[in-house]
Amino acid sequence: MDMNKQIIGVAAFLLAVFVLVPILIAASGRWDLYYTLTSVALLAIGSAGVWLTFYIGRINIGQGAYALMGGYVSAVLMTQAGFSFWATLPIAGILCAAISVLIGLPILRLRGVYFAMITLVLTEVTRLTALALPFTNGAKGITSIPLPGELSLLGLTIIPDFATMENPKLAFYLLAVTLMVLTYAALWRIVNSRLGHLCRSLQQNEELAASIGVNTAYLRVLAYAISSFFGGLAGAVFVAISQSIYPSSFAVADSVNFMLYCFVGGLGFVTGPMLGTFLLYFGWDLLSVAKEYQLLIYSSAMIALMLVLPNGILSLFDRKGGGK
Amino acid sequence: MEQILANGLYLGAQYALIALGLTLIFSLMNVLNFAHGQMYVFGGFVTYTVVAQWGLPFIVGLMASAIILAVMGALIEVFLFRPVIRKSKRDESTMLLAAGIAFFLDAVILLVFGEKQRGVPKIVDGVFNWDMRIIMPYDRILIGVLAVALIAGFIALMQYSKTGRAMRALAQDRMAAQLMGVDVDRYSMIGFALGAMLAGLVGGLLVTITGINLGMGGPTSIKAFLMIMIGGAGVISGAIAGGFILGMMESVGLTVLAAYGDITYLVIFASLMVFLAFRPQGLMGKPWG
Repeated sequence: MDMNKQIIGVAAFLLAVFVLVPILIAASGRWDLYYTLTSVALLAIGSAGVWLTFYIGRINIGQGAYALMGGYVSAVLMTQAGFSFWATLPIAGILCAAISVLIGLPILRLRGVYFAMITLVLTEVTRLTALALPFTNGAKGITSIPLPGELSLLGLTIIPDFATMENPKLAFYLLAVTLMVLTYAALWRIVNSRLGHLCRSLQQNEELAASIGVNTAYLRVLAYAISSFFGGLAGAVFVAISQSIYPSSFAVADSVNFMLYCFVGGLGFVTGPMLGTFLLYFGWDLLSVAKEYQLLIYSSAMIALMLVLPNGILSLFDRKGGGK
Repeated sequence: MEQILANGLYLGAQYALIALGLTLIFSLMNVLNFAHGQMYVFGGFVTYTVVAQWGLPFIVGLMASAIILAVMGALIEVFLFRPVIRKSKRDESTMLLAAGIAFFLDAVILLVFGEKQRGVPKIVDGVFNWDMRIIMPYDRILIGVLAVALIAGFIALMQYSKTGRAMRALAQDRMAAQLMGVDVDRYSMIGFALGAMLAGLVGGLLVTITGINLGMGGPTSIKAFLMIMIGGAGVISGAIAGGFILGMMESVGLTVLAAYGDITYLVIFASLMVFLAFRPQGLMGKPWG
């Protein structure tokens, strides 16, 4: 693809999310949109992970589990061990990745619907575990978690204390969007690297890939761990925003939603999950005017979308048909 | 101990019936029916409406659940799954559709039946008591027996009727079945209707004991997935085995692990992971069938 065109596209996108959106929101006074957009950005990070597991040919309906784990890791470390939010962020991601290696080793041998089913079960089991563990405070959850504090390096303040800010909503938005941009940059880099090519070979034919010397077991676990890292990251930031976490914060419906975001956006495109998240979450939010019919309209629209465009929205631009 | 076993058998019979419907749909069309739990809830609400609100006998309610769910299943197959399967590039697209249908049914249930927990009055009174070793209310026994009878009827249908033979042929090899003159479209529809009907029947049976509410759909689907993971997806004997094993594990786990809090499902999941590490296709499944 044309390199310049791509650079212009990325620059326009960055300009839009970092400059245009805050200006427009300030002009229109719709401050509540920040919360929606922040959620979109965070959920897009989670769906990026789901997308990566799809890239190795696995349908992951367990991202809610890692988001919940990441959230609890961050919450427990902050409230019970006195960690700063900024320290818990990478810890949550890395711990989720580590757990996903343990879980992934046996379950990544499964394929297709089998893998999809077990990841969905994992979501429910994580919720039940969060209810039962001694330090998670059961169904009451962990509440009044402090806002992110100051982040400084060698005495230089990089990010000021959120509690002292005039407008923490904007700060959270910028944090979430920055993380999202970094996540998708990482995803793009992975896809266009040797690792990405190897992952594609797994998606197409695992036996064939293994027969020409691709270490499929290692690759599967690696991709799953990266995916879970994203999930944990998203969960940890969510906790910081809502300042609370409950076992039901991320449930089966959320895991299914993460998958839907990917599918709706289209699985053949790096930006697919971002678009899918934006459309579905924003659509859901807009439909709240329909009150009790919200879910009915939303699900009907989804079914209709599947009937019309079963290969995702971005497949509209896919003129070659099947090509990436 | 006898009590635990009896509870396990009772639970297992219900679970096996749910798993049978799910596995039937899966084996025929390679569709993972996320909406299975919602269909079960829907069936329960239909029985509730007929029995508790209109005052008709229980058996009428059960029949109503079966018929309404069978029609719903057939319509879903013909108008939703069939066109999507034909047009989509990947098998997985049906998952999105199934999830959409699950949400849709949730919305319909909420609008039509409301969000309250509903139940119907006991259908038989009295408690069976064997020397204080097994204590079980008669209605539970009746429901358990009905469930076992339905399972037996289903197996007989699959084994000895022409429809059953056609569906088994479809599950084995779609293409070959078609070449042998099996009307694929027709039997896919019948299969989906039958699977949905089973879900509705279990809902109708269980509404007399545990009651029914909107939130039960998702967890029921999850349990059904667990069962067909244990037994092997797409295999009828596997679904029955998986149902009884999960019922037994739940019954034993709830008693033995009660001292450690509510960790039964964590233990079941952990053991399932170990099991799957050795046997990814489940007890009776074909490898990547």
